[in-house]
Amino acid sequence: MSAQFLQFFFSGITVGATYALSALGFTLIYNACNVINFAQGEFIMLGGMLTVFFVHGGLPLPIAAILAVIAPAVVGILLEKFAIEPAQGAGSVSLIIITIGASLVIRGVIQIWLGKGAHILAAFSSNEPIAIGGATLLPQSLWVLGVAAAMVIALWLFFRRTVAGKAILATSYNALAAQLVGIPTQWVLRLSFALSAAMGAVAGILLTPITLTSYDVGIMLGLKGFVAAVVGGLGSGLGAVAGGLLVGLVEAMSAGYISSAYKDAVPFVLILFILFFLPRGLFGARITERV
Amino acid sequence: MKHRNTGLFLLAGILVALPLLLPNSYYYDIAIRMAINAVVALGLNLLIGFAGQVSLGHAGFFGIGAYATAILTTHFGWHPLSALLAGALGAAALAALLARPIFRLRGHYLAMATLGLGILIAMALKNEAAYTGGPDGMAVAPMSVFGLQMDGEQQWYWFFSANLLFSVWACRNLIDSPFGRALRALHGCEVAAQVAGVNVARYKAIIFVFSAFFASIMGSLTAHYVGFVTPNVADFFYSIELVTMVVVGGMASVFGSVLGAALLTALPQALATLEGWETVAFGTILVLFMVFLPEGLVPSLSRRFAGRP
Repeated sequence: MSAQFLQFFFSGITVGATYALSALGFTLIYNACNVINFAQGEFIMLGGMLTVFFVHGGLPLPIAAILAVIAPAVVGILLEKFAIEPAQGAGSVSLIIITIGASLVIRGVIQIWLGKGAHILAAFSSNEPIAIGGATLLPQSLWVLGVAAAMVIALWLFFRRTVAGKAILATSYNALAAQLVGIPTQWVLRLSFALSAAMGAVAGILLTPITLTSYDVGIMLGLKGFVAAVVGGLGSGLGAVAGGLLVGLVEAMSAGYISSAYKDAVPFVLILFILFFLPRGLFGARITERV
Repeated sequence: MKHRNTGLFLLAGILVALPLLLPNSYYYDIAIRMAINAVVALGLNLLIGFAGQVSLGHAGFFGIGAYATAILTTHFGWHPLSALLAGALGAAALAALLARPIFRLRGHYLAMATLGLGILIAMALKNEAAYTGGPDGMAVAPMSVFGLQMDGEQQWYWFFSANLLFSVWACRNLIDSPFGRALRALHGCEVAAQVAGVNVARYKAIIFVFSAFFASIMGSLTAHYVGFVTPNVADFFYSIELVTMVVVGGMASVFGSVLGAALLTALPQALATLEGWETVAFGTILVLFMVFLPEGLVPSLSRRFAGRP
């Protein structure tokens, strides 16, 4: 394994981990109410931008980061309450437009409030690259990987061990049946939006020291998260994580070995290719439709 | 069917009367853009509203037309008409090639695939700077056909108005034809349509190719009209705008698409006075529309006023 390959692997897996978090956000909301939330990317943007804003305001990084996770979670709940909930029964295309409308509102407000410029956030710990096998790894990458892994494990435990998590799972399997056994499904929806927004925000915070942030980074990051969720098969948590890592890796490898101009195109080529052969993604349920 | 053509005459009347109300070329420009978007939205509505197949990448086909015209007339000295035709055939061929694998997909997977397709086209236009001028775009010569040169907003206005009227007429005839009934049948229930003898895959492919062809032609004409193309013509956001026009106007409503296109073209212009808040206002209005009129303007209004189901 050459040093070059290892270098691309490191950068791919780092970005891929953030795609995985974003894809998990898509999956959570998709499972809860069958909505593809195109505002997911804005949560990523909010995480990064708010952290920068709070840090510049003089808050220490940990507190700034916590605030920058809570605020998007509140935005997620508001989105559910004021845009998704009143539109229940609308077609899937209408719901897509609603979430796109919401993403415009979020992006627009941030653009007015924090301006159009790009913002820097210092790395969480040192900037000293670590040399491994001829390649270098930034400490920030370790932060990304570590926190992302912790989030995934925490989410897994949440779904397996807590009543709230099981309530979400039950609602995603069958909302009516969940309601009948006394699960407040409305509350489950809001919790899913809050969790999904928080996942996105964490991804945004982790990524900002590596890639900078601005009011419009959410568009591409969100779309790539969507790609990752579909690669894995919509609705599958495992699929979302695998899809995120795969998209990140393929993107980094092709940027390194083929052409960096088309780096952003790679996830979309990948998804078309996968869907042509596996119409339901890698881990999607093989459903036969009943007539 | 006595009043079948009332809407068409009404539209014609509006298009003829409109110039009396348009004070200057800025308003002509908006009216022209409305007509352009209306025709593209009509084609997309055949796919989304009537056949029930979502496409989030339709601007890609529009972009193919625009750039085919720009590149072939500028770099290769082609005649505008042959460039337009080449673009439209290219877009149709791409649609035909991808129709089979893409329409095996359903729902959000279909949305993902069409979205990806549109984004890839836009990125190709942005990155192949040697031909396309990259993100800055490129100039396009004005259109002259048979010695007649199109210039001035007024000329273009009549041209695009006639174009719109013809498209509305053609769409309505298409929908009322056996072909249109087959499309609506497969929207209702694919299996039932198949049982009734509709070749589902073939019909989806045909309407996809048809709407791509439509979009590409409009892209070519727009390139000539504006005199300049940028990769934004194939942008993801334009795809979304087109879908929004269809949905806001009303799925499976021909006049809905025209109204939706007019509204969504005028809205950003009207909001431009808000100085910075236009994105927020536009997003809010989109959400409000979808929440309060999920079926779209024309179906909701016609139900309210005519008392029809």
